[in-house]
Amino acid sequence: MNTYWLNIKYAVSSLYTGLKLSFRHILEANESRKPIGMADTTYFQQQTGIVTLQYPHQSIAVPDNGRYRLHNEIDDCIVCDKCAKICPVNCIEIEPIRAVEEIGKTSDGTSKRIYAAKFDIDMGKCCFCGLCTTVCPTECLTMTKAYDFSEYDVADHNYAFAEMTPLEILEKKQKLEVFAREKEAKAAALKANAPKEDTPGAGIPKPSFKPKLNVRPVAKPLNIEEKPADDAKAMALEIMRKKNDAANRSAQAKPVFRPLIKSTETPPSIDQEEKKEEKDPVPAPSKPIFRPRPMMKKPKDEGEAEK
Amino acid sequence: MTTFLFFLPFLLVYTVFAVYAERKVSAFIQDRLGPMEAGYYGIAQTVADLLKLLQKEDIVPAAADRKLFLAAPIVIFTVVFAGFAVLPLTSGYAGSTAEVGVFYLLAIISLDVIGILMAGWGSNSKYALFGALRAVAQIISYEIPLGLSILCVVMISQTLDLQEISFQQGIWIHDKPTYPGLLQENYLFGLKALGIETTHIGGILTWNIFRMPLFFIAFIIFFIASLAECNRAPFDLPEAESELIGGFHTEYSGFRWALIMLSEYGMMLLVSFLGAILFLGSWNTPLPNMGVVKLAEWTSGSPGSVAGHLWGGFWLISKALILVLVQMWIRWTYPRLRVDQLMALCWKYLIPASLILLLLSGVWRLLMI
Ligand code: SF4
Ligand code: SF4
Repeated sequence: MNTYWLNIKYAVSSLYTGLKLSFRHILEANESRKPIGMADTTYFQQQTGIVTLQYPHQSIAVPDNGRYRLHNEIDDCIVCDKCAKICPVNCIEIEPIRAVEEIGKTSDGTSKRIYAAKFDIDMGKCCFCGLCTTVCPTECLTMTKAYDFSEYDVADHNYAFAEMTPLEILEKKQKLEVFAREKEAKAAALKANAPKEDTPGAGIPKPSFKPKLNVRPVAKPLNIEEKPADDAKAMALEIMRKKNDAANRSAQAKPVFRPLIKSTETPPSIDQEEKKEEKDPVPAPSKPIFRPRPMMKKPKDEGEAEK
Repeated sequence: MTTFLFFLPFLLVYTVFAVYAERKVSAFIQDRLGPMEAGYYGIAQTVADLLKLLQKEDIVPAAADRKLFLAAPIVIFTVVFAGFAVLPLTSGYAGSTAEVGVFYLLAIISLDVIGILMAGWGSNSKYALFGALRAVAQIISYEIPLGLSILCVVMISQTLDLQEISFQQGIWIHDKPTYPGLLQENYLFGLKALGIETTHIGGILTWNIFRMPLFFIAFIIFFIASLAECNRAPFDLPEAESELIGGFHTEYSGFRWALIMLSEYGMMLLVSFLGAILFLGSWNTPLPNMGVVKLAEWTSGSPGSVAGHLWGGFWLISKALILVLVQMWIRWTYPRLRVDQLMALCWKYLIPASLILLLLSGVWRLLMI
């Protein structure tokens, strides 16, 4: 019997407390939180009132170094393909066209020698890890503070940064083809003229590995210097580089390393490179086969060396 | 006829704003803003929702009992709407002047259960059936405390006529259509022995809740039971969105669903009107006459005059709407009861309390004459 009355007493008092509480919130609803961010000193001062932020009409300021939508300053991009390689979700798609000569300089003085026929970033796939911006040697790929980019069509999440027209792309491709054919012809002629010199020349590319390995330690500090952000990233890069080294060694693809040795000196244009190569007594027929590879698979080495 | 002319349009407009108010009240209690986009401060949100609802397909599940399913919302709404017929609105405008208004109202509210059962059974869905069973169990149980608390008022007023009950609670007690043997004067707290006559003071002092102070408890019992009657939180077990996906109206869509919602809000309004009429002075002003400051007379016109209509309508509708707001306030404050708690509250607490109150009312009535 005692619990009966206690129950009633408890029910009345708790119901009363509940009503008081919710009524207080109704009264407090006459004021709202201001749309201020954490950076504001008064952020924690207002404890009561409506907390809703009417988003499209109001918004909290995001920091200037926000890491949201990616942006590529295509004029500064050397199309080294690093960003596409490091991306864990493969959302960057690059279609490079090798130029026959240096086509300009980026704002930090790196020479550009590859056209970007296509530079697409699919923000629908992007996980905003920021790795691509970390590896970018010219810092042209950055994350911006734009975060509201919802679209009606999922295809619109693909951001195309390349600026070349189809006509230009065609033209550059043809140029490269013509150039490659000419070179092939020259090399064939050279081979026909001096077949004897081949034998001593065969030993030459091998020592070229060593200078290359020497180059690496130089390149590493450079990289770390540029992105002192964290050791983990540097370590990751290092591991990747080592992997590449191993792959290179096993492949024994000799001509691949050629530009690298040279790049310890002033970066030569492709033309100069070609001239030197012509003088080199390297097995000529292999060249056209390997030629596209430095561009497609080794731009990393190239880019590093250029720095 | 007057019910159709006044209450039908009033009910529609009221529902639109009540849904809006409900969303705003819930938002404010939860420190949110609620609807803000349609119209100024979201005022047109419900209208937009209603237009959307009307365009929607009226789906009848293949396995449903078609006739029951289609008829149920109409039964529910008709029953609730029929309840409005006997409500007095002002001192000169009383709808159907049935002498057994209270009895009729209790009877017709109970019919609501049939509609809900039809909807739940006809849907042929487990959620709907659970909801309907709960609704029936709940409404039938809570009918008892509801009926008993109304009976207390009937005992004090000695009449089942709602207009008569209204007249007794104000300064116009002599203008009523008299039945022989009823009170012609009011005393403070209904106690003649105190010797303070309040017949001409009026205002809040002659409201039933003041004429018999224990009616405060009776009113609370009435209010709790009426919440259960209209399936409102914390007694919304029949609808229980979180467990029964809407309960007995799970399978409804489009216009029929809108009709069920309309009757739910209509039911809220009906019980609020009833509470205001029975306990809170009906269409009488809350302001008493104080000496030369005749607030009660200034704020209520004599029965039959234009001022009487306007003031009466104003006071009654505001009281009812305030009660509706309180219902919303309660809904967004308390969690839902469990089934056993629901039954325990009804049978162990409310019914004994209302039985005792009934007895006390009888005794009080003896002190009033
Ligand atoms: S931020 Fe990460 S996921 Fe997005 S493009 Fe860059 S590397 Fe890929
Ligand atoms: S890493 Fe930078 S420079 Fe290299 S392709 Fe990507 S955006 Fe261009």
